Formats: sequence, structure tokens, C-alpha cells
Amino acid sequence: MPMTPTLPVTIIGGYLGAGKTTLVNHLLRTSGLRLAVMVNEFGALPIDRDLIEAEGDALISIAGGCVCCEYGDDLVGALMQVQQMTPPPDQVLLESSGVAIPGSILASLMFVDGMRGDGVVVMADAAGIRTTAANRYLADTILRQLADADILVLNKTDLVPEAELEAVTAWLREAVPGPRIIPCTQGQVPHEALLGSVPLPRRGHRVSGHAEGLFRSVVLQPEGAVDAVALARELAEGGHGLVRAKGYVRNAEGGLVLIQVVGERWAVEPISGPHETGVVCIGLKAGFDPAGLAGLGRIEAA
Amino acid sequence: MPTTIYAAKKIHTMSHARPVATHVAVRDGRILGAGTLEELERWGAYTLDETFADKVLMPGFVEGHAHSSAGSTWDGTYLGWFDRTDPDGRVWDGLKSIDAIVERLKTAAEARPDEPLVIGWGLDPIYMDNVRVTREDLDRACADRPIVIMHASGHIMNMNSAALEKAGLLKPGMNHPGIPLGGDGLPMGELRSPEIMGPAGAKVGFDRGKAIEGSSEGLISYARLCVRAGVTTATDLARALTDESVEQALKVTGAKDYPLCLVPFRIMLGMSPEDLVTFTAGLKAKSTERCDLGRIKVVADGSIQGFTARLLWPGYQNGAPNGLWYIAPEQMAEIYERALEAGVLVHTHTNGNEATELAIETLEAALKKSPSRDHRFTLQHCQLATPAQFRRMARLGMCVNLFANHHFYWGDEHYRYTVGPERAERMNACRTALDSGVPMTIHSDAPVTPLGPLFTAWAAVTRITASGRVQGEGEKITVAEALEAITLGAAFTLGMDHLIGSIEAGKRADFAVLEDDPYEVAPEALKDVAVWGTVQGGRIFAAETI
Repeated sequence: MPMTPTLPVTIIGGYLGAGKTTLVNHLLRTSGLRLAVMVNEFGALPIDRDLIEAEGDALISIAGGCVCCEYGDDLVGALMQVQQMTPPPDQVLLESSGVAIPGSILASLMFVDGMRGDGVVVMADAAGIRTTAANRYLADTILRQLADADILVLNKTDLVPEAELEAVTAWLREAVPGPRIIPCTQGQVPHEALLGSVPLPRRGHRVSGHAEGLFRSVVLQPEGAVDAVALARELAEGGHGLVRAKGYVRNAEGGLVLIQVVGERWAVEPISGPHETGVVCIGLKAGFDPAGLAGLGRIEAA
Repeated sequence: MPTTIYAAKKIHTMSHARPVATHVAVRDGRILGAGTLEELERWGAYTLDETFADKVLMPGFVEGHAHSSAGSTWDGTYLGWFDRTDPDGRVWDGLKSIDAIVERLKTAAEARPDEPLVIGWGLDPIYMDNVRVTREDLDRACADRPIVIMHASGHIMNMNSAALEKAGLLKPGMNHPGIPLGGDGLPMGELRSPEIMGPAGAKVGFDRGKAIEGSSEGLISYARLCVRAGVTTATDLARALTDESVEQALKVTGAKDYPLCLVPFRIMLGMSPEDLVTFTAGLKAKSTERCDLGRIKVVADGSIQGFTARLLWPGYQNGAPNGLWYIAPEQMAEIYERALEAGVLVHTHTNGNEATELAIETLEAALKKSPSRDHRFTLQHCQLATPAQFRRMARLGMCVNLFANHHFYWGDEHYRYTVGPERAERMNACRTALDSGVPMTIHSDAPVTPLGPLFTAWAAVTRITASGRVQGEGEKITVAEALEAITLGAAFTLGMDHLIGSIEAGKRADFAVLEDDPYEVAPEALKDVAVWGTVQGGRIFAAETI
């Protein structure tokens, strides 16, 4: 049944000092999305001063129609408030506390109709993650956080020599098989790799092209009627090396279906149009060969 | 200045110089002295009050770890296994079967037909062979309105079908370990983890915030419970204090007939460590005789029976993964350092011994940066601390508040399931704490267990569990030690031993008024010593008329 799109919620987890706040500010500056940022980190305000337009009791207004609010004991209540905003945000970023297990936060979303977990992004400090993971008090907590990651952002790669970066990457792959690892400095990850990258017709906003540098992105145009579940599963689990995929396809009944893939997590939902069809697929250049998608449809430049 | 001299059958002062007396003289709500009538007459004109001529007086009891929600929780219906007294003094029989639970809920629902939600609390099916209460059971009590029940442990919630429906959970395909399913594939009615219980409760309108923060009425009913238990000073541990809720607490406690000195602690959440310490330090100046402000509570880990406490090796006996941290070590360190610097007292919840280890190490490092000879930082619960940890705590000047009541209510569970016999026998190790030189008190954590320092003292003296076994003979303490723990001991951990905790010249006139002498009854009967009421700040409060 056609319906308004559910509001995607991305959890940003990771230990203190990994760069969660830097990433959030980077996304606020560059995504062009109307973001609702939710924080629970002992009250320290995680938004760069120059981005703040107004501070209310419960809500901080941020440039570009974004907001920041705190959640305490009542995460569901806070999420429902975000949902009431007009105009609604495009995406919720939920920054978890440094010792939280991000996967358990996802469970709260089942209580909010019209919201959907859009993946868990866990940040790790390339220079510090192995020391933290060897700390006698923190080791198991860090491993549980890493294991919950759909996408792992390995931050501060400029602070370690290349050999050490290779070693920490290899260690991460061993400790947490599966999730995509995105190296970066200063939280500078293209937003398309972490958040939505489909056209947003109601604001005339279009995908900015492609993620520069490390990433490659293409648009997959499946031909004819599409089995959306099969396609989403293939994109997530078919070993294509995608970090993210998102877009619209038409099913056998001619209805539009939204496909979302984050790491190995995927979701499909019927949706009302109009939307141009096509699925934007993003992967790290090192691991993603667009030619591998050829069997699934026509490949176009993003 | 009018002076009143109270005559009593016996007065236990907790003063080593003069342990017993027959009279105590009071002026301006403070103690002029304790002794014989003849000695006290030297203070000049007086009124002799013989209200307590056949009573035994002790220093007013000090509850070092309880919550004002112990009062407001009675807004809901009590469903526990043990008999329990409400703020009005009514004793609610413990319920021994599901039918009895259904019956009491039904009565409660019918009595308040306009209440949109039926709330129950204190359920503890472990005493009924761990029978599972289902939504169908609860539907028999009330089917047209939601029912929400919190278990005594705080780790399980029960809902009826209407509540599950309203929470959006009454559908097939639920796949979460915190939502056990029945044979029909639908949730069976129990909800088991905080990330499920919190949001599900909120959706049904079960206001956890209210239960934690306590309304004005809740602060009053809490104080009435305290009078019934002989308590004249009680913590509210902890609250998300704001300027607004501090004003509320000051207003409620400022009433002429408010019978308690309330000691609210500021919870660590919702502020950066820097703001937390600055804010809390600033509250000190607002303190009054009946609302003593300016302390912080840090929560390090979860609970042992919820498997969220952080344990040192070998961990949980059933192989459950280690528990959860509720604060990062760096954040704990920053709070400790700033609090020592500002002279703000911090009490830290640690249940598991790994959490205790972290708190000890963190304080040791903080003390090197901000040396402080008399900080009184206290570990709350500290249930699994090892002998080595107690020795180290003593050398660092730390205090402890052990959960003696927990040992009675859930000691059997720990023996059988969570940590096994050896560690269960040394849980809440009062003997080791005292022998190691760690200043110690004991607590109820009301409403988790009933407020009642004499019961708490009994639990520490006898170490009897709910099944009637003595668990941990070697950790017993004497009656005298237990009574000191619930008076001077608790006062010391709050940094208030110069004000309260003993009956001595200069201290606040706070007395527990007892029908019998707790030093003379059999230790097994300590919990049965009846409380007549209290004197708080020189004002008399009888339990019967409170």
C-alpha cells in the first residue's frame, strides 16, 4: 500500500574520542539534508557554535533547517517529538553515549510508527581503537560496539603511519567480519556513503553526483518488473562490496518500492510517487566493481 | 529560649563517652545534652515531657540509600510476596498465588474506573517457583484498560493484552530477546530488558519519570514512611535535579510539619561533568535544615540479577556475557577530579566487583591530582567487593553502603543462579568492611525493598535469606555494630556526622522512638521492635497520627 516514506534513523556509535561529534558536524555542513540530531552524551553540546541559529529549552535550531535535541530516559518520546516537526526532517542522526551498545538502541525504534532503523555507523579512532580495545574494563564493550556496526568509519587515519593503519584495518576485519570499513580523517566521509543519496523531489534536492576520492557510485536501472526483496538482498549479501544502496524500483504491480541497503542490512517498503526509478549504489573503490552489478540491470553514471 | 527535657525508659546515645542516659534536653530543635534529669536541670527553666517515659530513644535512623519514589510507588497497587506497610500504615498482605494477584488488581481497577491505566508493582514470582504471569492472567483482572506491572527487582515488566496492544507489540513476528512469546506466537506478557520496558511503558502512559522524580505528594508520603520506620534523615538517591525541582523540594520540605531531613543527590546524567559539579556545588548554599543539597550520584554498572553488573572473572555462573557500563571511565575520572577539587561528595553505584575496581582505581588516580584527606566518597551497593578491594578502599579513605536487605530478598537467587555459593556468601560483606576499617552503613534501596533500618540491621546481623538459610556466617556483624551503621555510620557517609547520628550536645534533636530496646531483644527479633515514631529537629511525630 502506498504510504509516506518512513523516517530513517541512523545510529552513530563508538567510544569517546572516536570522532562522533566531528562526523555529525560534517554531515550537518555537507549533506544538504534536513537532519535531526539526537544526543545523550552527558549533556555536552556536540554542535559547532557557528552552525547554531537559536537555542531553545528543548531544541537547538541549526543552519539548513536542522535541529538538535537531547534524549534522556525517554528516547521514544523524544523520537515522537522529532516526528511532529514541520517540515519533517529527512533523516535522524542518533548519537549514542560512548559506552552504549548501539544495537540495543535500534530496538527502541519498533515503538515509533513511521520510523525505521537506517543502519548503525560505528566510529573508531585509528590511533586509539586498539589501545581502548585492550583496556581491561572496556575490551568487551568495544567489541560489542564494533560487532553492531553496519558501517565502520575508521577516523583519524592521518595520525598513524601507513603500516600501522594496515595493521589496525586488518585487526578490525578480524575482530568484526562483515561490516564495511571506511577510512577517513576529521570525520570527512561523503554523506552519500552513510545517509540517503536519492533525489528528494519535494525540496528539489538532487544527489550531489558522486562521492569523491575513495568512493565510486553508480545508478543501477533494473529492467522490467523487479522483485524488490530479491534485489535488496542481492545488493546487501551478494558480495558486491557496496557500503550503501538506496533508490526506487517498480514491482510487478507497477507500484513504487523503496530499497535501502546499509552494509549487510536491507529493507524494502512500498511508497507513493512520483519518484524516478534507479538505485544509487556506493562502494569503496578498492572493493566495489560496478561491472559486477551488470547482471542486475543497466549501469549508469551517478 | 524554652527548653524541653524528655524523660525516657532508656536512651541509647551512640556516644562512647556516655552510651546510655535517661533524659535528653532539647532547645531550638537541638540537643543541649543527654544524662540524668539532675544534670540537665543546670540549663535553666525547662518543661519536662514524659511522652516517652516508657519508650526507648535512639538517634534518629539515617537511610543512606533510598528513593523518594518509595512514597509515590503506592499510587499503584502492591502485588509483592511479603506483607508490606503503606504510608498510611495499612499493611498489605503478601500475595501467594496468581489468582490472588488477579483478584487484587481487579479490585483496584474497579475502585478507580476513570484511571486510564492500572499500575501494579512489587511482583516477585521467584517466590512462586518462578511461575510466569501471562497477559491472559492479567486480562482476567481488567481487559478494557491497560495494566502495567513492575517486578520487585525492576528488571521485568508485565502487561495485559490491552497494554501490549497499545504499545504496538500485540502482533506476530516480534523478534527480540526482551519480548518472550507465548504458544500462539504473540508476546506472552512479560517484557524483559530496559530498552523494551522503557519505551513500551512510555507508549502505554506509564510515566517512569514521575516514578523516579517523585511528585510533591510523593515527597510527603516518603516522609510518612520514614516516620513509621524511625528515620529522621533519608537520601533521595538520585534525582535529575533542576533549579525547578530543587525549588519544589525546598518548598515541600520547608513546611512546618515536614518530618524529615531529605538528602537529594544529583544524578550524573544530562550535564557535562564540568556543569554537573558546578551546578551541584552551587546547590549547597540552598541547603536548609530539612533539605541538605550538594551531592552527586554516579552509576557505574547495572544489577547482578539483571546480569548487567560488571563482574571480574569468573563472571556469571550461567555464562552470561559481562554486564554494561553506564559511564565511561574517562567521564568517571573527570567527575571525581572536579568534585574533589570543588569539595563535592560523590557516591557511586557499583554492584559488580569490576565496577568497584574501576571506581577504586579512578579515585586513587584522582586523589593524586587533587589530594583530599576527608572526601568520604562512598560506594553504594558494592555487593560483590572482594576482601582486597575493601582493604584498598580503607587505605584510600572510601566509605561503603552495603545492601543488606538485598541479601535477604535475593540472596538465594545469587546462591543458586547468578554467582554461585562462594561469592553469594560473601556478598554485602559487612564484617569484612568493618574489619578492614572501611566506614560502613547498610540500606534498603526503597522502594526496591521496604524502608526499615531495623529490618536492614536484622538482615546484616542474621544474614538470613528468604528461604530461611543463614548465608555467609562469616560476614555477620553484631547488633551494636548494625545499630551504629544505621545511625552514625550512614551520617558519616553523607558527611553529616557532625549534625546527626548520635544523641550528643550540639546535634540535631533527631530521635527514633521505640517500644522495645533493640540492644536487649534477641538478635532474631531486631526487625520486630516496634517504632512509635520520631522526633525530628525537636518536633514530635507519632506514627499513629502521621
